[in-house]
Amino acid sequence: MKSLVCMKQVPDTETQIKVNSQGTGIVTEGIKYIINPYDEFSVEEALRLKEKFKQGEVVILTIGPDRCTESIRTALAMGADKGIHINDESLNSADPFVVAQALAAAASQVDYNVIFCGHRAIDDDFAEAGAMLAELLQIPQVTLVTKVEVSDDKTKAIVERDVEGGKETVEVSLPCVLTSQKGLNEPRYASLPGIMKAKKKPIDKKTAADLGITAEARLESREYSMPPERKAGKKLEGMEPPDAAKELVRLLRNEAKVI
Amino acid sequence: MNSGLDYFGESHHILRQTVAKFVEREIKPHVDEWEEAGEFPRDLYRKAAEVGLLGVAYPEEWSGFPSDIFHEVVVNEELTRCGSGGLAAGLMSHAIALPPILAMGTQEQKERFIPPVLRGEKIAALGITEPGGGSDVGNVKTRAVRDGDHYVVSGSKTMITSGTRADLVTMAVRTGGKGHREISLLVVETDSPGFSVSKKLKKMGWWASDTAELALDEVRVPVANRLGEEGAGFYGIMHNFRKERLYLSLMANITAQMALEESVKYARVREAFGKPLTGFQVTRHKLVDMATLVEISREFTYRVAAKIGAGMNAVKEISMAKIFSAEVCDRVCHHAVQIHGGYGFMREYLVERLYRDSRILSIGGGTTEIMKEVISKIIL
Repeated sequence: MKSLVCMKQVPDTETQIKVNSQGTGIVTEGIKYIINPYDEFSVEEALRLKEKFKQGEVVILTIGPDRCTESIRTALAMGADKGIHINDESLNSADPFVVAQALAAAASQVDYNVIFCGHRAIDDDFAEAGAMLAELLQIPQVTLVTKVEVSDDKTKAIVERDVEGGKETVEVSLPCVLTSQKGLNEPRYASLPGIMKAKKKPIDKKTAADLGITAEARLESREYSMPPERKAGKKLEGMEPPDAAKELVRLLRNEAKVI
Repeated sequence: MNSGLDYFGESHHILRQTVAKFVEREIKPHVDEWEEAGEFPRDLYRKAAEVGLLGVAYPEEWSGFPSDIFHEVVVNEELTRCGSGGLAAGLMSHAIALPPILAMGTQEQKERFIPPVLRGEKIAALGITEPGGGSDVGNVKTRAVRDGDHYVVSGSKTMITSGTRADLVTMAVRTGGKGHREISLLVVETDSPGFSVSKKLKKMGWWASDTAELALDEVRVPVANRLGEEGAGFYGIMHNFRKERLYLSLMANITAQMALEESVKYARVREAFGKPLTGFQVTRHKLVDMATLVEISREFTYRVAAKIGAGMNAVKEISMAKIFSAEVCDRVCHHAVQIHGGYGFMREYLVERLYRDSRILSIGGGTTEIMKEVISKIIL
C-alpha cells in the first residue's frame, strides 16, 4: 500500500498573527511552525494503511522554504519512509493552482495507491489544492474524509466523509485523492527512537525546473488586513430593570438587528 | 525561546514538540487532580515509555536511539512545563536511580534492571537519605551484613521520591565499619520479605510525586545485586549527583520561566487604579529583573550541560548552577506571587504551586550549603 501525503508547514495555531506594515503578508519573525493539523491526520492514516497491509511506503511531499525540512523530518519520525521537498522561490508561497501543478508534477514521478491532502491548510484556508491536484492527475477525489477502508486488492476504498449534520459513505476507485478531516484519527507522537531513525531517511530536494513546470499564478493577493478591533460595548446604566430590558430589546432589534 | 540556539538542532526541536504534545495531551488535563491526589496513575510510566521519553540518555541497545545531553535537557524542560514539579520528578525518578547501575553494574545487572524500567513496567527510585541524615552521605547507617550469597539489610530510608511504589531501589548501605569508604550500593527489590513502606510523606510541594519513608527489616539482598566493589558506593553516589544537580537546575529555570510568563500574562490584564499592572513602572521593572535572572541562569546552565555532555567533570560549575538557579527560582516565584497579590495565594493560580514547588530545589540533590562546601574545596 503506497501513499503519497501532501503536507504543508503552517504557523502554530497559538501564534498571534500580525500583518506586516506594508500589508503584503504576515510578520514571520518569531513564528513557530507546525505540520498543518489536517495533514497530520493524513500522515497518520497513511501509516495505518501501510501497517494494515504490512507492506508499502509512505512518501511525504512538501512545498516550502528550508524550514520545512523540520516538518518533513517530524513526519519521517512518525514513521513515514521518505520525503520530497520542493523548495523553489517561485513555488514556496504560490497560489493554490500553481501549488497543485507542482504537486501533480511531483506525484507523477512516484508510485501511489492513494494521495492524501489535508482538506485545507490552516494558514490561508483556500481548501483548493487537493481538489485541483485530483483534477490535474485525472483521478477521483473524496473530500472531508473521516474514515478510510481500502479493499484487499487495493482497487477501491470505502470512504466516510463529513456532510452537513451527518456522514456520507462513498465508494471510490483507486488511485484517488482523499482530503483529511478532523476525526479521521488521532495522530501518533514522533517518538524518540523515531526521531533518531528519521535522521537517516532520505529527503529528495526538488526545484521547479526539476519538475519541468513554470509557475504562472492565477491569483494575486492585493492586501492583508487584520479584522477590525471590537468596539466597546454599550452599558445601560441608571435604569430600572424593566426599562433596561425594554431598551435592550429595542437596541437588539433596531441597532444590532439581531432579533 | 531564542536562547541556546547553538545547543539545539533539528532532532531536539522535533523532540521538544513531541514532549510538549505528550504533556498537553496526557498530563495537563489531569495535573490538578493528580496534585490533589498526591500521585499520578502508574500507567503514565508506560505511556511515557511508549513515546521513548524514559529512554533518553540510555544506550541504544535498550532505548533504541542515540541521544546527547541536550535531548535530556529538552525532555526535562518540557516535562517540567506540565506545571507540576512533583510529576516531573516522579515520572523521571529513574533518572537518578538507574545511572549508578549503568556506570557501575555488570552487563548482567544492566540487562536485568534497566530495560524493564525504560519500558515503563517497573519503577526505580534512589535511596540515599535516612531519617538521621541527608546531606551527610558518608554517615549512612542502614547496615548490610554479608551472609553467604546475600546481604542482610536493616535500617530505614526517607524522603524517597517514587518510594511508595518503586519496584527497585538503588540503595546506599553500610557494608563495613565507619566512614565513606565502607558504603556500598545495592539494588533492593521491593518485593523482598522484610521490605516495607512505613509512611507516605506529606510535603510542602511536589504533591503529585509519591515520597516515602522505607523500612528494611533483615531484607535479604543477593550479592549479585551489588553495584561495583564493596565500599565503592560513595563515589558512585557522588558521580550520580552531577546529573541530578543538572536536572534540578533545569527544573529551577523552567519553574522560574513559567512563573515569569504567568506574571507577564497577569500583569497585562489585571487593573489597579484604572490601568493594567504593566502600566506601573515598579511592576515593569520587577518583571524585567525576573526575566534577566531567568535568562542568565538558563544560559549558564546550558553551558554547564554542554561541558558535562563533552565529558568534562564540571563539578564546580554544576554546583554553582544548582545554587544559582534554585535561588533565582525562589526569588522569581516570590515576586510572581507578589504580582498576583491575593490570587497568588490561591490554589487555582499556577504561581501558588510554582512557589511551593520551588522550595525543594535548593535542598534536594544536595543543599545549597553542601554545594558551597563542594565549591570551596575546589577554589580554596
